[in-house]
Amino acid sequence: MSEILQISKVSKIYKNKFQALDNLTLSINEGEIFALLGPNGAGKSTLINTICGILNFDNGDITVNNFDIKKQYREARSLIGIVPQELNLEAFETVWNNVNYSRGLYGKPSNHEYIEKLLKELSLWEKKDNKLRELSGGMKRRVLIAKALSHEPKILFLDEPTASVDVELRKDMWEVVKRLKKNGVTIILTTHYIEEAEEIADRVGIINNGKIILVDEKENLIKKLGQKILKIELVNSIKEIPTDLKNFNLELNQEKNSLTYIYDTKGKNTGITSLLSEIKNLGIQLKDISTEQSSLESIFLNLVKESENELDRG
Amino acid sequence: MNWIGVKSIYLHEMDRMRRTLFQSLISPFISTSLYFVVFGSAIGSRITEIEGISYGSFIVPGMIMLTILTQSISNASFGIFFPKFTNTVYELLAAPLSSIEIILGFVGAAATKSLIIGTIIICTAGLFVDLHIEHPFIMMFFLILTSVTFALFGFLIGIWADNFEKLQLIPILIITPLVFLGGSFYSINMLPEFWQKISLLNPVLYLVSGFRWSFYEIADVSIITSLITILFFLFSCVLIISYTFAKGYKIKN
Repeated sequence: MSEILQISKVSKIYKNKFQALDNLTLSINEGEIFALLGPNGAGKSTLINTICGILNFDNGDITVNNFDIKKQYREARSLIGIVPQELNLEAFETVWNNVNYSRGLYGKPSNHEYIEKLLKELSLWEKKDNKLRELSGGMKRRVLIAKALSHEPKILFLDEPTASVDVELRKDMWEVVKRLKKNGVTIILTTHYIEEAEEIADRVGIINNGKIILVDEKENLIKKLGQKILKIELVNSIKEIPTDLKNFNLELNQEKNSLTYIYDTKGKNTGITSLLSEIKNLGIQLKDISTEQSSLESIFLNLVKESENELDRG
Repeated sequence: MNWIGVKSIYLHEMDRMRRTLFQSLISPFISTSLYFVVFGSAIGSRITEIEGISYGSFIVPGMIMLTILTQSISNASFGIFFPKFTNTVYELLAAPLSSIEIILGFVGAAATKSLIIGTIIICTAGLFVDLHIEHPFIMMFFLILTSVTFALFGFLIGIWADNFEKLQLIPILIITPLVFLGGSFYSINMLPEFWQKISLLNPVLYLVSGFRWSFYEIADVSIITSLITILFFLFSCVLIISYTFAKGYKIKN
């Protein structure tokens, strides 16, 4: 898969001396959905705004489809669409005029057929003559997507696309994103919702303190770094965890009939055999055993914690 | 050159005027009529003529300048301030538009609006006084140049301002006094010598004087000086705005 976006050693320091991006390097493959995860203030929005030309940056290089975003900004920017985090729209304009205005800014001649198709795909066609202030939050978010796609970009940046939208609309948005991917659009999204990355991303990048801590295929990431949970259901409830099992750091549920054991899949010895053997020796009867893959959330939190510890040590 | 982008900004800004068409057109008509009632009739009954021109006719160029200056500044400053205020400026910055193209779109629209209003004032003035224009092309040239220059200045104010108070600060505290003290409603020859010299420090005097010359061939300063002043102001605004955009001041930070 060819790389459509290359970010090399990019740094950005704000006027208040806050370093938002620190020598950041990242590549995005054409046609993928890339999720950028990070805590508040990690540099997610700064990175997106820098690539899109909304913010200046101090050092480094960024190329979009091999076009330098500073020297060949026209070619580079015409390939990019951006959906900002906030629902910022002009209140008194109609949906139709506003989306066509965005297309015009990119130097594209009017194409009413394309805009009509786009609005229909985003379920906005019925609202095309409505003023933007009359729309709900979810509809406004769709208008922002329509505006970002109005000039037929190859890369779409979605900055927190499902922030402050309800669960139903969030799932609806995921469908829109998946459809765009099918149409060959490369999507880069930032999100707070780990399940969003788990649900739709091909690759995940984790950013903290302006640095990319890790980038990997979503599945690999979960597999490589994840912990697993072994859930042991008991036939009879027990009063407390037996002393012989204390070393395993088990957790007993409220009903006292299920034990939870967390183990590291990367470790040489998971401890499962010893645990089951001890349970058998104690004469505890098992009803069921199941394992669960740990979520991206726990991976994410672990990595951010590690990177912050490293910073403290440094 | 992204001409479609320039056209989009221009039409988008003109559309804002269309949405408030009644207010945009009726307001200059009413204020012009009021100026004629107050200055033309009340004061004009005492000052009958200035340099051979009836007082009512004498104040027409100054009145047009006053409106052109304030309208150009307010239209252009609001034009760029509004997307900053609503945070929709991101789409201008993310689009493949150069700073010159963005300026052309906003300043072009602001200057057009001022020219339309200027034309309304000339037509309204024609209802009150016997209006004749000695040099119509020079008059148009001055009108366009002043509209563009002060739209550029307004654009600069719009970039600098980060709240509504700042947006109004320079027009109210600097521009309006300069216009009123720049010979819009009188000739500086009517002032004591000391104040005549002080008046020559006012750049707006040169604009009003040159503009009045195009109407009646009477001026406080030579027409060439007036032209040089307005061109100097125009290039200064272009330079400052280009520098501002290149550095991303108050836009990309």
